[in-house]
Amino acid sequence: MALTVSGPSQTLPPRGSGDSPDAVVALSGVRFSWSGAPPFVIDIDGLRVARGERVFLRGPSGSGKSTLLSLLAGVIAPLEGTVRVLDLNIGTLGGAARDRFRADHIGFIFQMFNLIPYLSVIENVCLPCGFSSRRKQRAVREGRSAEAEAVRLLRHLDMGDAALLRRPVTELSVGQQQRVAAARALIGAPELVIADEPTSALDSDRRAAFLDLLFRECARERAALIFVSHDATLAPLFDRALAFAEVNRGSGFAPPGQGCPR
Amino acid sequence: MILALAARSLRNRKFTAVLTVLSITLAVMLLLGVERLRNESRESFAATISGTDLIVGARSSPVHLLLFSVFRIGNATNNIRWDSYRTIAQRPEVAWSIPISLGDSHHGFRVLGTTNEYFDHFRFGRSRRLELAQGAVFHDPRDAVLGADVAVNLGYKPGESIVIAHGAGDVSFSLHEDQPFRVTGILARTGTPVDRTVHVTLDGLDAVHARAAEDAFDPLAAAVRAGAGEHAPDAARSDRAITAFLVGLRARGAALAMQRRINEYPGEPLTAILPGATLLEVWEIVGAAERTLFAVSALVVVVGLAGMLVALLTSLSERRREMAVLRSVGARPLHIFALILGEAAFLTLLGIAFGVAALYLGLLAGRPWLESRLGLFIVVGWPSLHEFVLMIVVAAAGVLIGLVPAYRIYRYSLADGMTIRI
Repeated sequence: MALTVSGPSQTLPPRGSGDSPDAVVALSGVRFSWSGAPPFVIDIDGLRVARGERVFLRGPSGSGKSTLLSLLAGVIAPLEGTVRVLDLNIGTLGGAARDRFRADHIGFIFQMFNLIPYLSVIENVCLPCGFSSRRKQRAVREGRSAEAEAVRLLRHLDMGDAALLRRPVTELSVGQQQRVAAARALIGAPELVIADEPTSALDSDRRAAFLDLLFRECARERAALIFVSHDATLAPLFDRALAFAEVNRGSGFAPPGQGCPR
Repeated sequence: MILALAARSLRNRKFTAVLTVLSITLAVMLLLGVERLRNESRESFAATISGTDLIVGARSSPVHLLLFSVFRIGNATNNIRWDSYRTIAQRPEVAWSIPISLGDSHHGFRVLGTTNEYFDHFRFGRSRRLELAQGAVFHDPRDAVLGADVAVNLGYKPGESIVIAHGAGDVSFSLHEDQPFRVTGILARTGTPVDRTVHVTLDGLDAVHARAAEDAFDPLAAAVRAGAGEHAPDAARSDRAITAFLVGLRARGAALAMQRRINEYPGEPLTAILPGATLLEVWEIVGAAERTLFAVSALVVVVGLAGMLVALLTSLSERRREMAVLRSVGARPLHIFALILGEAAFLTLLGIAFGVAALYLGLLAGRPWLESRLGLFIVVGWPSLHEFVLMIVVAAAGVLIGLVPAYRIYRYSLADGMTIRI
């Protein structure tokens, strides 16, 4: 690939050096486009998120935020540059290793439809423990079962009511569903929690309450939080707020028919 | 983990799943049922006559001889002289022989003149012998024994008198009215052409024709009748004639040699056939219909599996979100692929299992009916190798069809990444 790479980090230091050991996420010279050629959807010189840090990433929809999250989750690999998560260049991992890495270290909260409709609240929360033995071990480290840990997290998120736990997840309100999703993202103490517009379906009161709970739990688990939203009013609540357009020089727009690229 | 998820997911969509399984169940039941009936009807056809080593008639084609002597279809072109029959029947290889004389009818049912040897030696099915449902076999030359259908359709009981007509048509102008026969026995149902046959004594039939010949005022008509292969008018004992005879040999192995000997019989031109071989020949002709039936039932299986494909594909858009969530918690694209493929395989296998179970229940329940109405004797045993092969083919087709939605969602899960598409 004879593409010219701009930015200071185009010659990459060996793994670990140059970055603070406490960095959970470190991107350098990352470029990506669905077509595999310019124009790039993602073109980021550098982005770092420290352990336990709460980062707000603001940008309109279609700005490439979801593509960035897919890069961070290792679902897609960058065309150029490195994506380091927990000091590991996940671009060098194979597909299976990336899937395992994601299960072990990253919790996800989506905008909506977070829950598997045919599983109970507890089963939804425990889902990552079924795919990651590390998350399971960490969930049960205090001598309780994964289910008990799920209940503990749910209680912290004001979802501990026994009657609520027995309800089919499809009957929960959106706010309740998002809190269940937050508990799932947090179970087994992953180092990184990624939330993709998790509050866009909530009204402002519920939004504040949800964020409050989410922050508290992230702090307790010492998890870094990358929070993506288009709602600038939330920015002051975070340690650091970034405008996505300033971080990313790429065009941002997903190509038509992104559902089935290639 | 994935297995548990697949089970829960399926339970969540149980209505569609039940319908899918039901359609596969019915399709498999139909396929195997048709296959079973096909086999049984072939075997039952081949068992229309059994235990008989040779059938002998005047020189004609083997199929023709079999059709008129066993199935009562068509007429003999020529008769066999009684002395030819005696000569062959008295050979040392012959264990028993049954002379038969055809050419008359009673209300559309064929009349067969024979002797009590017929009831002793005739076998059908798996060496089943003729059983009397009512009454007794011949004692007097004027006795008649009816097949089950004849008795039921015409409402006869032992003791009643019947009059036979010359010729095989439904309506005959030449009734042997002055010489009635008396019904002495009614045979149990066999599911073979025997059910539709009126059996009378050879002696009685000869006497009827002797009288008819005396009455005949037009010698030309009699000559025409004789030429057409019907009973020779002159039924004097010495030049009595029969239409065909069935032969049982002491040793089966002698059948081919005996067949050749009869075919080269110097007294008159004769044809001997091995019933089994000729039956297969006839089956080749009538078997086209059952092959069509098989093709149709195979198509029904295709339709059933296509239904499953549609159900799986329509569930995909809904499940795409589910798959994105599973991906986010660490499920591999291969997991997603296996989830869908496993579901297709599970539904197909369940359909096959239920189909086989339903077929067996149906066979057990329907056996008496099939036996009495169609004369099919279904043995309810383990599925044959052929049926196992069919089941495996259906299972493989189900899995193959499952590859389509599985591959689609695999592509989705690669493409969607960490986005939930609404």
